[in-house]
Amino acid sequence: MAEQDEVIAQESSRSGHGAVDRRAFLNEMLAACAGGAPLLLGVLRLPVAGAQGQAGAAYEPSEHLYGMGIDIQKCIGCARCVVACKTENDVPQEPHFFNTWIERYVLRGEREVEVDSPNGGIDGFPPLESPAEIRRSFFVPKLCNHCANPPCVQVCPVGATFITEDGVVLVDDEYCIGCRYCIQACPYGARYMHPEKHVAAKCTFCYHRLVDGLVPACVEVCPTGARVFGELNDTPTPLARFMRFNDLQVLKHHLNTKPKAYYANLDVEVS
Amino acid sequence: MPQQLPRLAVVFVLAIVGLVVARQLLIPETFGDRGHYRAAAVDSIAAHEKKYAGHQECALCHTNVAEVRAEGNHRMVSCEVCHGPAATHVAAPLDVKPPIPRSRDLCVLCHAYNPSRPTGFAQIDSVAHNPRIPCSQCHEPHAPEPPAVPQECAACHGQIASQKAVSHHWALDCTTCHQAPEEHKLNPRGVRPTKPVNRAFCGGCHAMGPGAGDIPQIDLRTHGEPYLCWQCHYPHLPEAR
Repeated sequence: MAEQDEVIAQESSRSGHGAVDRRAFLNEMLAACAGGAPLLLGVLRLPVAGAQGQAGAAYEPSEHLYGMGIDIQKCIGCARCVVACKTENDVPQEPHFFNTWIERYVLRGEREVEVDSPNGGIDGFPPLESPAEIRRSFFVPKLCNHCANPPCVQVCPVGATFITEDGVVLVDDEYCIGCRYCIQACPYGARYMHPEKHVAAKCTFCYHRLVDGLVPACVEVCPTGARVFGELNDTPTPLARFMRFNDLQVLKHHLNTKPKAYYANLDVEVS
Repeated sequence: MPQQLPRLAVVFVLAIVGLVVARQLLIPETFGDRGHYRAAAVDSIAAHEKKYAGHQECALCHTNVAEVRAEGNHRMVSCEVCHGPAATHVAAPLDVKPPIPRSRDLCVLCHAYNPSRPTGFAQIDSVAHNPRIPCSQCHEPHAPEPPAVPQECAACHGQIASQKAVSHHWALDCTTCHQAPEEHKLNPRGVRPTKPVNRAFCGGCHAMGPGAGDIPQIDLRTHGEPYLCWQCHYPHLPEAR
């Protein structure tokens, strides 16, 4: 094709016109563009095959795909995970700022559902009124679901929140403009505005621990093993066993967010 | 060459240069290296300081405690749940010492009775259960055991005991309805007490018959077939809905 073009171009230049005709002009532009392409490519920073990551030689993100399992029947609502998370991730200590928190569900009567989470559960839960009427009650740990199809990432106007190759949804502190779209978009309420940094903040699965082969702080301190962490690829981890032996649910599956936080023994009322 | 061509070329060049310069200025470095985000952000998040060292680190030095813990009921409980984040202690073992909690406050965070906690989890009424005595006086915190001989079933089943105490069934012993093997105290989930297996058991008091007094009575033949009584009525608080 290129040769054919060249031949046509030569013919047209031999045809004796003094001025450059359209075909010659286009050909010259094409050649100029072809010559400038590598330069342009470099400046535009198009992804080039074999781009090197900086995450360190030992840790290769593409070899991992993380997920978390949460067994409702094992959670005792002690909120040690909430305390550990706040410590580990420098989350502001005051209420309303949580990467993870514990909700108490109380089912009464026909379809009455009460949900409360005073200070994320850190200070314990107040005694329940008229306990004889309670049909069922349980605790539900909540956190960022690290969706495979995350609405928060979709709405970010600057690309400051993203999903990594190992499946963790992160926020770029330095690049976030604090527009709060992602906080609105998250159906799980897992994001908040950091009161000092004025950027969106959320659970990172303790990414800084993962790269060293440790589990997230909440999983480390969970005294009953209600939280299980591991890989969703074929690597054998405790999560594989958890997923094999439990009936699993995800929160708000109808939103097609494809969460990676899997719940076992979850009641239908939980959303 | 017509004179509009160089002008057009200048416009093109300016537009391209403008685009390139604007992109250079607006798009941060490393953006797009690994996806639609700044690859350097992942590194800075990964470089975050760790506060919790992980129980594997603790076991490297405290082998004796780790061995005790690995065999006991607290084998799932990481060291840092009670002793707090210890990364600084790992970095400087002699300078920074993690706290040793000795009061009851920490233990009741998990073991105080709470109706929302799963059935079978060891819970106490911290007001009634040996008040003011530190838990560690009776229970080894690294491998706690339930008391060898529980005074009552209430040592573990506090909710049931407190509800039964105010119900019409207050006078019945637990063993009236449940046969609890001795093994149940050592292995509460593995060996479970019995429950009434037929309707006639409850019918002993509640079936139609003479001399009922205040006891509500029903006709076993017509009432609630084919279910066992406790499948609808909560025996520890039968008044409850």
